[in-house]
Amino acid sequence: MTELTSLTIAEAREKLKAKEFTSVELTKAYLDAIDAANGVLNAYIALTPEKALEMAKASDARRAAGKIGALEGIPLGIKDLFATRDVHTQACSHILDGFQPKYESTVSQNLWDDGAVMLGKLNMDEFAMGSSNETSHYGAVINPWRAKGSNQQLVPGGSSGGSAAAVAAHLCAGATATDTGGSIRQPAAFTGTVGIKPTYGRCSRWGIVAFASSLDQAGPIARDVRDAAIMLKSMASVDLKDTTSVDLPVPDYEASLGQSLKGMKIGIPKEYRVDGMPEEIEALWSQGIAWLKDAGAEIVDITLPHTKYALPAYYIVAPAEASSNLARYDGVRYGLRVDGKDIIDMYEKTRAAGFGQEVKRRIMIGTYVLSAGYYDAYYLRAQKVRTLIKRDFEQVFEAGVDAILTPATPSSAFGVADENLASDPVKMYLNDIFTVTVNMAGLPGIAVPAGLDHKGLPLGLQLIGRPFEEETLFRTAHVIEQAAGKYTPAKWW
Amino acid sequence: MSVDLATVKRVARLARIAVSEEDANRMVGELNGILGFVEQLSEVDVTGVAPMTSVTPMEMRKRTDNVTDGDKAADIVANAPATDHNFFLVPKVVE
Repeated sequence: MTELTSLTIAEAREKLKAKEFTSVELTKAYLDAIDAANGVLNAYIALTPEKALEMAKASDARRAAGKIGALEGIPLGIKDLFATRDVHTQACSHILDGFQPKYESTVSQNLWDDGAVMLGKLNMDEFAMGSSNETSHYGAVINPWRAKGSNQQLVPGGSSGGSAAAVAAHLCAGATATDTGGSIRQPAAFTGTVGIKPTYGRCSRWGIVAFASSLDQAGPIARDVRDAAIMLKSMASVDLKDTTSVDLPVPDYEASLGQSLKGMKIGIPKEYRVDGMPEEIEALWSQGIAWLKDAGAEIVDITLPHTKYALPAYYIVAPAEASSNLARYDGVRYGLRVDGKDIIDMYEKTRAAGFGQEVKRRIMIGTYVLSAGYYDAYYLRAQKVRTLIKRDFEQVFEAGVDAILTPATPSSAFGVADENLASDPVKMYLNDIFTVTVNMAGLPGIAVPAGLDHKGLPLGLQLIGRPFEEETLFRTAHVIEQAAGKYTPAKWW
Repeated sequence: MSVDLATVKRVARLARIAVSEEDANRMVGELNGILGFVEQLSEVDVTGVAPMTSVTPMEMRKRTDNVTDGDKAADIVANAPATDHNFFLVPKVVE
């Protein structure tokens, strides 16, 4: 018998339906797998086994009564950024010590309403600020992938590193994640999983710990394109509690899989051919182009001239918004408090002790660029550049391009505690060079595994779509997946 | 533009983060690294370009000004480090 944890969501859905096993059995299999792996991989930072079994039992009872949701009985992991009622919710920060909200995020509630089961909370970079999951207060996550013939520990990417590692190592059937500059797509690419950041406004941000409100979007990380489509369908909704939630019906994304690419126009932006990009990534990209051409798509060269300015503009906009959003952590209403001689001293000591280095860096940058005399030179200029970045995409879409194909990341997964990266924060930021434009323009983007590099590590391709045309991305990514195959790490943990 | 030690200390004060002399010195280099990186935006011609205020063309949804939630004082203070009778407790601010 195949291990229950090796089944995709779509497979488990069929077998649960056929009564081959129960949700309780499936949930127990995942809890056992987590037990055996988490000491090594550190993907989960809080487990909720009792709640999981209770939810699984309730799901089995609903099924017996004929009430079957879209994710009925499917065990999922939830990124620590999502508020989960009475359960650890800390954005993996020390400053939120002990925080257990009295409310549930809209996205996670949508999943529970569709019958899903929660296994626990997943590790992430502190406040989603990072590209390696090493800024977490709970320590690094170890990528289940290792280079051929090597024992070196690799990062799973970030900030949704716990989500990506747990999905890749089969420690959950699928996971929620969030993406502000690449935090779904980069870890998905590093772990051979599929991750989609939907259009800004597609998933409610209510109950998700805010990092940069104009950029943050929730999305799934899953084992394949079909599972990502199933999960996004449940996660997305129109939510009155989020004023930026868009009032558009959620399509059946799964139905777009298997549709032909004939007549579709795929753009290849020359600006994504960056200096120093490994040849393997260049080759992977060409392979992706060939696959889509074979499937009947028309390939056109396009230009997105402001691409190189997206990352610097992001490092003004995101820290500025973060400095405002994170002002709420002051030791008064929740989390850590460090006493001081007066209230200001208490604020300053609490925030000094509670935030990690990367978070402090970004708050400082944000505070500086918003401070009197600098606002126009930095923030206002960055927002103007953002308009230009979005305009680049609009012009390409107006010219008839349906989707844009790019590499997902400039490299495969790198080592834990990489000295070269630790010495210069900007080097770490460059990980998001291909993904960040999508957040700046509010577009949907999907990362899909497309091959392995010479070290045997997964590499991904990214597809960028028109606003609210996630279906095009699923359809196209599915073609790449069919051609490239799926990638699972050999179990060593 | 770049920051010096005095500016870093002033910004830390604005951000309400206590920094030691050592932290502040390290941050001068780190922040200047980031500011140097974002400096390339100055080469973009932004004449006549409107700053982005919303990524998707949407009008902010409004609702009627009615009370829709409430009576949750205990929930609201449930996670606070110090409370008394459903009030948040802070160090004395008025003599």
